[in-house]
Amino acid sequence: MKTHTWLVAAGLIAVALAPGCKPKGAQSAITGDAASKVYVAPGEHDEFYNIVSGGFNGQMSVVGLPSGRVLKILPVFSVHPENGWGYSEETKPMLNTAHGFIPWDDLHHIAISTTNAEHDARWAFGNANNTPRIARVDLNTFKTVEIIEIPNSAGNHSSPFITQNTEYVVAGTRFSVPVGEEQDVSIDSYKDNFKGYISFISVDPTHGDMDLAFQIEAPPFNFDLARAGKNKSHGWFFFSTYNTEMAHTLLEVNASQKDKDFIMAVNWKKAEEYVKAGKGTTRKVKYAHNKWDEATHSASSEIIEEVLTLDPTVLKDIVYFIPCPKSPHGTDTDPTGEYIIGSGKLAAIIPVFSFTKMLAAIENGDFEGDINGMPVLKYESVLHGEVQKPGLGPLHTEFDGKGNAYTSMFVSSEIVKWNIETLEVLDRVPTYYSVGHLSVPGGPTGKPHGKYMVAYNKITKDRYLPTGPELAHSAQLYDISGDKMQLLLDFPTIGEPHYAEAFPASLIKDRQVKFYPIENNQSPHALKGINDARVERNGNEVHVYMTSIRSNFRPDNIEGVHVGDEVYFHVTNLEQDWDVPHGFAIKGANTAELLIMPGETSTLKWVPDRVGVFPFYCTDFCSALHQEMQGYLRVSPKGANVPLSYSTGDAE
Amino acid sequence: MKMLSNSNRLLILIAALTIIPAYFTPLWQISLWAPQYPEGLNMKIWIDHLSGNVDTINGVNHYIGMKHIGEEMFPEFLYLKYIIGVLFGLGVLAAWIGKRWSLNGFLALMSLFGLAVLVDMYLWGYDYGHNLDPKAAIKVPDMTYQPPLVGYKELLNFLAYSGPDTGSWILMGGVALLLVAIIRDRKNTKIT
Repeated sequence: MKTHTWLVAAGLIAVALAPGCKPKGAQSAITGDAASKVYVAPGEHDEFYNIVSGGFNGQMSVVGLPSGRVLKILPVFSVHPENGWGYSEETKPMLNTAHGFIPWDDLHHIAISTTNAEHDARWAFGNANNTPRIARVDLNTFKTVEIIEIPNSAGNHSSPFITQNTEYVVAGTRFSVPVGEEQDVSIDSYKDNFKGYISFISVDPTHGDMDLAFQIEAPPFNFDLARAGKNKSHGWFFFSTYNTEMAHTLLEVNASQKDKDFIMAVNWKKAEEYVKAGKGTTRKVKYAHNKWDEATHSASSEIIEEVLTLDPTVLKDIVYFIPCPKSPHGTDTDPTGEYIIGSGKLAAIIPVFSFTKMLAAIENGDFEGDINGMPVLKYESVLHGEVQKPGLGPLHTEFDGKGNAYTSMFVSSEIVKWNIETLEVLDRVPTYYSVGHLSVPGGPTGKPHGKYMVAYNKITKDRYLPTGPELAHSAQLYDISGDKMQLLLDFPTIGEPHYAEAFPASLIKDRQVKFYPIENNQSPHALKGINDARVERNGNEVHVYMTSIRSNFRPDNIEGVHVGDEVYFHVTNLEQDWDVPHGFAIKGANTAELLIMPGETSTLKWVPDRVGVFPFYCTDFCSALHQEMQGYLRVSPKGANVPLSYSTGDAE
Repeated sequence: MKMLSNSNRLLILIAALTIIPAYFTPLWQISLWAPQYPEGLNMKIWIDHLSGNVDTINGVNHYIGMKHIGEEMFPEFLYLKYIIGVLFGLGVLAAWIGKRWSLNGFLALMSLFGLAVLVDMYLWGYDYGHNLDPKAAIKVPDMTYQPPLVGYKELLNFLAYSGPDTGSWILMGGVALLLVAIIRDRKNTKIT
């Protein structure tokens, strides 16, 4: 009996202590006054803009730091019914490709424009991974203004990274693919018929207009990420490669066999010289180049059929290979441009290469071999040193401008801070969970603002209130101003963030466009005042030239439209004040609403499929009389004898 | 009659010259603030035109049936530049004549002009604030919207301000110079 009592007591104690056996959670990681460091009082502004890739949502989100508040979802490669992106007649050409209209893509990386390796924050570039494209976003309007498709490419992952004066934005192909006339080839002819193209897209220094300047025909490796050289290494570009085994099946195993893959160093200044000297070859391709015109408030799409390619097996001194352990993912250059860091995601160390040593090795011919005539440098000749025992699964490295590097560790789910010069590990903090990219304001530039760091994670699990099987992706904000990294904030994100870049808000916040002056509106469908409102028929097309201003549409009574007509509502928002958009939607339209900014003209196409009277209304709560901002359109049977008529304010 | 001292005649001339900026600076301003307009709306009245957020003010005010503010609303814009031109001419003449009566006369003229402007502004404000469209969307019984003549006034969700702008302040400086001239002239007379 007594023994039994003891056993019960021991069992109860064991149960009581059991939760204590669980390792400590993040709660214990928060120390000091973390809350006050991220508190942005009502009416105050964040210190930094963080432009965050949306991953599989194909958009960018704009986040304020240090608060972590989402300020805007900015549509890029995916349609956005909320503001009509990809639905209005004016925006449809932006999503045109050689394959026709594509409503979705996968946006992984952000590049913010720089001058002299420092953020000027004029434009944000983003890549489309699936159907290779690069987009340019104007940071005065937060609008996608240009999209260029990349031919000879598939899985545009090694993109869009930029040179220090935004001379070029690059697009390295992840999948090598057959190119040229004969593309119906067997997959196991990979090594013979597949190529890995690296594209250099020039950026006009004044207007930002992109142009596919040239492509380098590289071996059929997988190109993963890239960074331009900067400051002392300006003129070079570094691309990480994996699957140098050139496998085409079960890459998980077959592309993980070699002890070392490569960082491909490209002397793009030299490539430029070859282009100028006419050493390129023009090849037939087909790709779309789409531009948004802020004067006409509309996009145009052009199909281009030629590209200039350079063959580095013939044209010497463009391409060199630096051996890098185990399938490197990120390759990053430090703020001085001297050090190139390769993050071998299966490697036990982080190699740091020296640009100075690389030049010397090239000079001295320190090669261990070649790939089709392109030199492979000796690992030891280029190596500055290795970071020992950094953690498991290194992916990406950012910098604080104080001589330190921060590397994300996917497998061990932590961030490791280390000294670039001494290679000594200084600190490590956990992330929640399995961190991908890091984002330090100015982190990839020559002038990082070493104050905050955001970890964008791949796995969320228990971090927030659960929302069924699909969870928001998590991010953590750390204070990196001191010796030790300090966790400040944990916040959910939009889409599936990969890379993000942050810069001081002061760079752009005072140059934001507030509205479009109506007198500069050059849309062919623009109305400059309410007296121009009208409806015109042209065959089976009906064009409604409509104005919206608080709180009415003109015209708001329309008759004489027939079933099967193509009705185009060209709506001009006549407001000339900040933050007064008007919306437009009509019942039964198989498309999204229009959301029209002040001074802008947008067009919604509608083909009525039945007889009736169809209401339309303003969808943006614009004013005290927003609910009165509405109208009716009468649809009669085909061939009915109802004359075309329109009016506003005529009461019997 | 005794001539004014040269320095007093110079003051009259300077006072006349302060009329010139009226041609290229705003003379009057009206500002509005509301919860939705923390940055404020501002309208400036010049010698022959309006500037500022006139369209936005019209957009806001049409709900309560106020008239559309436009340049055609102010016949003053057609003749104000001539009146001011004549004032300037008379000022130069007063300095040239250089007698006490010409100084007093010029001050009286300037004061009368200022008073006339205020009366004119009041009459416009009264009409703008009282003559409302009977079909206005928002009608508040017994509410009128006459803007303040000078100073601040609360009108529904708006705080309104009305007052002189750059050109008028310079003009008032000119009037002050005339007063200085009169005081100096008096002192001068007592001593002699």
